Amino acid sequence: MKKTIYTRLRDVIAREQPVALATVVAGDDIGAQVLIQPDQPLVSMLTDTALVAQVQQDALAMLLRGDQGIQTYGARQIFIETYPPPATIIMVGAVHIAVALTTFAKPLGFRTIVVDARGAFATSERFGHADELVHAWPDEALQGRLHSNTAVVVLTHDPKLDDPALLVALPSAARYVGALGSTKTQAARVIRLREAGLTDDQLARLHAPIGLPIGGRTPEEIGLSIMAQIVAVRNGKSL
Amino acid sequence: MRDVVDAIDTWQQRGERVAIATVVRTLGSSPRGVGAKMVVSDAGNMAGSVSGGCIEGAVFTACQQAIRTGQATLMHFGVPDESAWEVGLACGGTIDVFIEPLGISE
Repeated sequence: MKKTIYTRLRDVIAREQPVALATVVAGDDIGAQVLIQPDQPLVSMLTDTALVAQVQQDALAMLLRGDQGIQTYGARQIFIETYPPPATIIMVGAVHIAVALTTFAKPLGFRTIVVDARGAFATSERFGHADELVHAWPDEALQGRLHSNTAVVVLTHDPKLDDPALLVALPSAARYVGALGSTKTQAARVIRLREAGLTDDQLARLHAPIGLPIGGRTPEEIGLSIMAQIVAVRNGKSL
Repeated sequence: MRDVVDAIDTWQQRGERVAIATVVRTLGSSPRGVGAKMVVSDAGNMAGSVSGGCIEGAVFTACQQAIRTGQATLMHFGVPDESAWEVGLACGGTIDVFIEPLGISE
């Protein structure tokens, strides 16, 4: 591994940004590497541009899925290792439930991002314990942040904010997408989202009404039910 | 990689030369998954792991050789393989480990 590639990989991982490293492990150019980051120029020791483009495409897809392994390209075998960003919960709507969910998320190993365009809700006073506070419209805030280990929790109660978030989150690689609202709210939402172009498969991904049925009433109890459901999905259990 | 970065940086600051071993393929049961890394320096230091301890000795030797020659190699360990019979894989799986020297200048 070249020193320049090692240094870049180390620094990108330390910044918790997604990155993939492709290494020729058999065939011509053994040991040659390509460092791939979404939306960044790549660093390549391979000169065959068609091969590099194919490797880049495969590596980015594997990064989104959280996969790694050997791919065969003609006579070369290339090992693609991926470093997705850490497990993250993105909350859309800086509501009271989000305050509780942020509290529960940290000891369970999740980073937390709270998104709300309304400055009065998303204050550092209420969310000093969140890793990131984003003052933006949900569909803008979610672009580029959704990976295979991202959970999206939609909590605004307002279709004008909830729907754009779901239209970005449900077709994405995000592992978990949930939305607050009663069964009745959910039925109306499914009709709107289908009209907006989501497929049945995409809609089936939505956890709604959100959270495990533990009879939660307070924001803290509802936060706990959402947290438990996200952990269950991370562990491959469907509850 | 996250678990071996500190070791690599410490050794390199001391002027030691380093090789990196990575599990690139596993078949059957294996204690460390694809992507697991072990790093070795020419001063005999070692960090991380690529198995439950059964092939670390052979990987250590191969890393030392990679540092000397500057050549990367792919090693195969498994039951049907004669060399694996010597070093043994208690779990009965097969593991491919890629070994590469870490550059010092560019």
